[in-house]
Order: sequence, then structure tokens, then C-alpha cells
Amino acid sequence: MVRAQAERTLRGRVAVIGIGETDYFRHGASPDPEFKLALKAILAACADAGLDPRDIDGFASYSEDRSDASRLAAALGTRRLRAATMQWGGGGGGCCAAVANAASSIVAGLADCVVVFRSLAQGQYGRFGQTTGIDTISGEKAYLMPYGVLAPPQRFAMRVRRYMHEHGVRQDAMRAIALASYHHAQANPRAVMHGKPLDEAKYDASRWIAEPFHLYDCCMENDGAAALVLVPAERAGEFRHKPVYVLGAAVGSGYRTAAMPHNSPLYASASFDTVAPDLYRMAGLGPSDVGVVQCYENFTGGVVMALAEHGFFKPGEANDFLTVENLTAPSGRLPLNTSGGNLAECYMHGFELVLEAVRQVRGTSTSQVQRNDVAMVIGGPMVTPVSNLLLGSEASL
Amino acid sequence: MSSKAIPTYLPAGLPIPIAEPDGLSAPYWAGLRENRLLVQRCSHCNTWQFGPEWICHRCHAFDPQWTEVEPRGRIFSWERVWHPSHVALAQHGPYLAILVEIPQADGVRMVGNLLGDPLQNVAIGTHVEGVFEHHAEFDPAYSLLQWRVHGP
Ligand SMILES: [Zn+2]
Repeated sequence: MVRAQAERTLRGRVAVIGIGETDYFRHGASPDPEFKLALKAILAACADAGLDPRDIDGFASYSEDRSDASRLAAALGTRRLRAATMQWGGGGGGCCAAVANAASSIVAGLADCVVVFRSLAQGQYGRFGQTTGIDTISGEKAYLMPYGVLAPPQRFAMRVRRYMHEHGVRQDAMRAIALASYHHAQANPRAVMHGKPLDEAKYDASRWIAEPFHLYDCCMENDGAAALVLVPAERAGEFRHKPVYVLGAAVGSGYRTAAMPHNSPLYASASFDTVAPDLYRMAGLGPSDVGVVQCYENFTGGVVMALAEHGFFKPGEANDFLTVENLTAPSGRLPLNTSGGNLAECYMHGFELVLEAVRQVRGTSTSQVQRNDVAMVIGGPMVTPVSNLLLGSEASL
Repeated sequence: MSSKAIPTYLPAGLPIPIAEPDGLSAPYWAGLRENRLLVQRCSHCNTWQFGPEWICHRCHAFDPQWTEVEPRGRIFSWERVWHPSHVALAQHGPYLAILVEIPQADGVRMVGNLLGDPLQNVAIGTHVEGVFEHHAEFDPAYSLLQWRVHGP
């Protein structure tokens, strides 16, 4: 018998029961290699849950994570491996998609206990923001690199400039995002930028990386690993912590977003034009239901676009909405990146944002918000595919 | 390698663009070497597209025709780059990269550098014309398409 379309949802079907992370280091500063970091984060997430690590039966990651699922399973003594999923696409566009893929494996009956993780040791494997030693280049990069458009800031600055032009967005709006992240990092002892506050004058005086990006508009590069564990909702009560439920998730991008080079029809966009409506539809919620947002910041400009595309304000209202007061815990209109995020906590390719959303719903953030029943995560503005996630407490179901 | 005959906008040492092993973009790169800008246009439905693909994204006809267009366009967006992301740029900068839309080819866009003072004011919508920048002394030799401001 064909089942009703309405049943095809993740809403309320899967729960996060554990989160874990390593210490976070400046890039190249980790004493441990990348695979060891992954193991540490996974074991920490299992310990947080009160789960025997051998009961994990699936692994999910993204951005071509190098810690192979089968090797992890062998190292951990996994009794049986049942799901091994990797989200296509680079950068942080997959940080929510990896959770969605894990949740889908569970809902579909392919696995019962899936760990989602990201591990990075750039000292071991080289940095994202630097390119060297390439003699010839073809494909998309051939249309960009010979013109000095090499690293991520240069690839995205023109996109943000166009958005600012189309909607009258001022530098102040981007500055407010950076200040909110640094503000929250000062309360978070895990944050790499803990103890290093940022103010308007320091932001304005900082060097340009690629106009319109100042230094503080750009994410850090870090070493570390983070992980979370998902189980079916019916098992959520077996574990140590208050469960956090997946309310919805969406992945993808709109019409010809990948048209290279810079030929996406909707160029001045964070790529959420189709993905944000999908998320709200699955969750049965709207922007006014969301109490706190963790939004991936490769660059602050992408956050402006992504928040607008999720309906928190209209693009023309960005200058009025994006103020430090509105973006900070505990009671701003939309507290943003409450752990410090990619800018000031740690660049764990956005996976630290997923963990922070879990903490907010649990009520254990270092910058706890008042409205914490529904938390949003937005992954990878301006790349493709992008992804997003809504997490909620039992009361939100 | 002989000394350079013509100054280039960016210093030597950046990656050299070549066609993919499957040859998809070979006509584009060969065209630049002959001072010609070639863009794909589907001969079935007249859709323009850039970068190149094996198929027309509108009607799915294979092997869209390479069509010469005049290198004239408007600045669609721009950036001034200060931080060097490659050793070749370490002592160089700032420099300007722009995104040019080409109305004659239904607004397809391409990235290049805006010639002239790197600190000049740049305005979206400014008309620009192409300048072919040849790197004949390299192996393999290649050419780039740069842009300069061209009247209103
Ligand atoms: Zn066609």
C-alpha cells in the first residue's frame, strides 16, 4: 500500500542524545593528527550520551572528511557497520546535511545509532586559505585563479558586493555579525577567541582581506573535531540527557546555482532560495517560531543573505535588523552564533554550530537564550549544496 | 624563458589555465590566444552559456556551438584584493578583480582584472571593453581576457 506523502518527514523521528568535541586549536596547533581527533570527539559524544561506542552502527560526515567510516568502525570495535554516508560538496554546506543523512538512515531503518562528525587538522593537511605549487589549472578554477581569485575570500567577496549593491546593505550590518560572535565567545571558555574581545573601532581599523571583507568578516581556520549521536525518537529516553529532536532539515540549492564561473542566475544569494522553504515546510514552523540561530560564517556577508533568505527580515531591512543588540543572548530579537561560531569559537566547518544548537535546546549554552525550544542551524551560505536544520525540545513537537 | 614583451596585470607565477583533459573548454582557451572571445551558444534554441558544458542547459542538445562575441560588457560586481593568497602575489597588491556581464551574449558573466590604478573607484554598471593579455613565453603558452573602462 502506498503511504501518504505527509509521512515523508524527519520531524520528531530522530533525537540527538550526545555531543562531544576535542579542544579547539589554532590551525596547525593540534598535538593530535586528524584521525585521532575524530576518535576523541566520537568517544566524547558517546560518553555524553551514556552510550557504548561499540553500539554505533553508522557514520556520517561531509566536505570530503578524511576519517573513513570503515577505519573508524575498525578502530572503535563497531560490532556492525550499517550506514556510511558522505555529503557531496565542499566547505560547510554539508554541516546540516550530514545530520539529515544520518537521520534519514535511521528513519529508513538502515541504522539505529549514527554518529555525525567533522574532524580537521590543517597542520597535517594544509590550509584552505592558501594555494601554492600549482603549475596548470583547468575547469572552474582556470577562469578565476589566473586573475588572482584564488582563495575563498576572493571567491565570495564579489557575491556579497553585488548583494550590498542590490539591497543597500551597509558595512555596519556585517560588522554587527562579527561583534555578536565575538561577544558570545567572551562567555565561552572553549572559544579560540575567548579573552580577545572585538569592538567597533577594532573592526573598522582591521585590514582589508578583500573588499568588502575586513579581517574580522572572515572565518578562522582551526584544528579539532566535533561529533553528535542520533537515535530513533522512541529510544531517546534511554540516555543521560534531555533529548533534542530533529524538527526538519533540507539540503540543496536552486536553479543552476553551480553554473560556473560566477554564472549562477541568482548570483547575489546565499543559495537558500529553495532550501529555506523546504525546511519550514518539513518542520511546520516559520521564522517567528525560531528563538536562536547558528549560521555558518565563511564570511559575514553570507550570513546577511542567509538570514534574509530564511525570512527573518527582508533584504532591504538588513541594516535595521542586524544590530549587536538584536543579535545577542539572552533576549535579542534573534540571538546569533551564541558560542562564537566560525569567527570566534572555532572553525570546525560549521559542525560546532550544530553542537551549540543542541546546547541551546538543552539549556546548557554559555550564552543561553530565553526562547530556546526551537533552534536553527544554517550551513554554508553561498556554496552549493547548502543545508539547514531545525532542532527542538520535546515541547516543540 | 625570455623576458616579457608586454607587462601583465598580475605578476608571473600564478597557475596557468589549460583545457580539461576531455577538451571541453579547449576552443575558449584557443580563441583567447587569437584575440577572439568565444562563448557557447546552442544552435537549436539559441541559449548562451558560460562556462562551457557538453550540453545546452535549456534544450539538452549536445555540443553547443562556440560563437565569437565582441568583448564588451558591464561591471556586474567587483572586489579589491589586499591579502595575498598565493606566493606569487606576496609583494603585490592591492589589485582589482571584476565580474563582467556581456549583454551581447545574454548576460553571461566572466571574471577578469580591471586595468589601471588598483585604487580607482569602481562602480557596478560601468561599461568595459576587453584587452587580450598574452603569456606567450610560458609553457604552455596562454592568454587571459582583461578589461578596461570604456566610456558610458
Ligand atoms: Zn539549446
